[in-house]
Amino acid sequence: MTKHRRAFLVLLLLCALALGCALFAMLAGSVSIAPGEALTALFGQDSPNAAIITRLRAPRVLAGFACGGLLALAGALMQVLLKNPLADPYILGISGGAGVGAMLALFFGLSLTGINMLAFAGALGAILIVFGLAHGDGSWTQTRLLLTGVIVAAGCGALVTLVLSLAPERQLRGMLFWLMGDLAQVNAPLLTFAALIVSLAAVLPFARELNLLARGGEAAQSLGVAVPRLRRVVYAVAAFATAVAVTSAGTIGFVGLIVPHLVRLLIGNDQRFLLPTTVLAGGSLLLFADTLARTLIAPQQLPVGVLTALIGVPVFLFLLSRHPRQSF
Amino acid sequence: MNAAFDTAFGTTPDKRPESAAGHFAARALEVRIGGHHVCSGLDLVLMPGERLAILGKNGAGKSTLLATWAGLRAPQGGEILLAGKTYAALGAPAAARRRGWLAQKQHDAFSSTVLETALTGRHPHLGRWQWESDEDIALTRAALARVGLEALEEREIHTLSGGERQRLAIATLFTQAPQLYLLDEPLAHLDLNHQIAVLEQFSRLAQEESAACAMALHDPALAARYSDRALLLFGNGEFLLGKSEDILTAEHLSRLYAHPLRAFNDRGRRWFVPD
Repeated sequence: MTKHRRAFLVLLLLCALALGCALFAMLAGSVSIAPGEALTALFGQDSPNAAIITRLRAPRVLAGFACGGLLALAGALMQVLLKNPLADPYILGISGGAGVGAMLALFFGLSLTGINMLAFAGALGAILIVFGLAHGDGSWTQTRLLLTGVIVAAGCGALVTLVLSLAPERQLRGMLFWLMGDLAQVNAPLLTFAALIVSLAAVLPFARELNLLARGGEAAQSLGVAVPRLRRVVYAVAAFATAVAVTSAGTIGFVGLIVPHLVRLLIGNDQRFLLPTTVLAGGSLLLFADTLARTLIAPQQLPVGVLTALIGVPVFLFLLSRHPRQSF
Repeated sequence: MNAAFDTAFGTTPDKRPESAAGHFAARALEVRIGGHHVCSGLDLVLMPGERLAILGKNGAGKSTLLATWAGLRAPQGGEILLAGKTYAALGAPAAARRRGWLAQKQHDAFSSTVLETALTGRHPHLGRWQWESDEDIALTRAALARVGLEALEEREIHTLSGGERQRLAIATLFTQAPQLYLLDEPLAHLDLNHQIAVLEQFSRLAQEESAACAMALHDPALAARYSDRALLLFGNGEFLLGKSEDILTAEHLSRLYAHPLRAFNDRGRRWFVPD
């Protein structure tokens, strides 16, 4: 079908875009590096700027792409799970929990590892609370899940504000950067990237079933989808992806909400294309935004979350205005 | 009272050989929803080619019963067998190749085209990594043509009218091609001509492909014309089950709807008019 061909084309284009963003991120910065030198440095050849590439920029490229991909994937999954196109990875309070953990770690002056561990513990805590409280069956679960998540997120927000208001002034800047998202704090980019691959690999086998789940649980069940099991898988993967991304880079907004939408406007709703395309688009967007964030007013760095929003919102509004009658 | 009309095993034994388990069997079925009694002790076997009409007042439990039969909610007692097996034993994909369920309402949260939507009916026939083949698409186009939607295949489902959306849901069932059709208000939103066309389609499936149909209907006259057996749900757990000509009478229907009805005969068909 022509629709498949178009989606496939978009997928290929996004692969190219992701590579382009990675290249841009490798070359741009306070020290500009030639493409040839960057490539040879990646393959282990020693040169004056090799350390900048292998120690600083390459890990950050990996981390940026992985976090963006994880957030976008989690957003796409949450939107299907809650059957609500406005759901985002943070809607179930996962980032709130991570935020509380990270703020406490920063407040008590823990190391980067300590911050990551407490943030991950906070994310897991929020997941357990939301899922434990929203336990039930039938369509009630979705509303209840959503409500519980929103309430837990609000509670976490209050706790974060409390810590912020109690924190001494010299810690405030670090806290705010964490809350707005900062890729400089990723300390295991390979692990984050592995988490992205694992998450995508875990849901791709269910892609066609997700197409049906998006049309409603009962309809999906009647067409042969084992809905309760699928919901558990999707929730677990989305929660895992969000927790890893938030732990790695703080709360970066808009990627998880806007990227799946963008991709949907471009290629439609077939999850078999939507999920991989979303990962590529989310990764590219965050990578690009992060490169801008650290180069625009260098040596000062901007919070990357602000840039994802500043890039994402106008692009989204533009695409939306081109499809005036399309509801989603 | 139930036993008097229960023809599940008794009335026409010659047509029901012992060996055939039928497409569908409910045994000692007990269904309740939120303290409300839908039925208890319901025994029913639907044989290939048989059409069952389900009638009852609003809230009597027609949808609940059909959803239970479709394996979408668990009964409070008794068991449901599809080709001799429970839903749990069959698994969701195998069950979906045997029975189709028409929902009373379609929930379209995301955008999709008419063709894509109808194509979802092929899901249970495809392997995990398989894509819809040209053959699947041809089947789907044929199904759309059967409900008169062939010209709309690229249309966005959110732009369809209520009746068109309903016909699309029926086309999706046709692409699913099960042997048992559980239809929750198949005539909802449909014009008169489409009502008759849809009932004719299911009757043809019953006759030519030995499919079985159970459908919740509102018009007793259409039920009388297009069903072999009828099930009346009184909303208090009581029910009447039997041959349509015995069950669909002015007396029973007046009691069912708690409103007096009169029956008229015209060219061999029965019509029911509220007094």
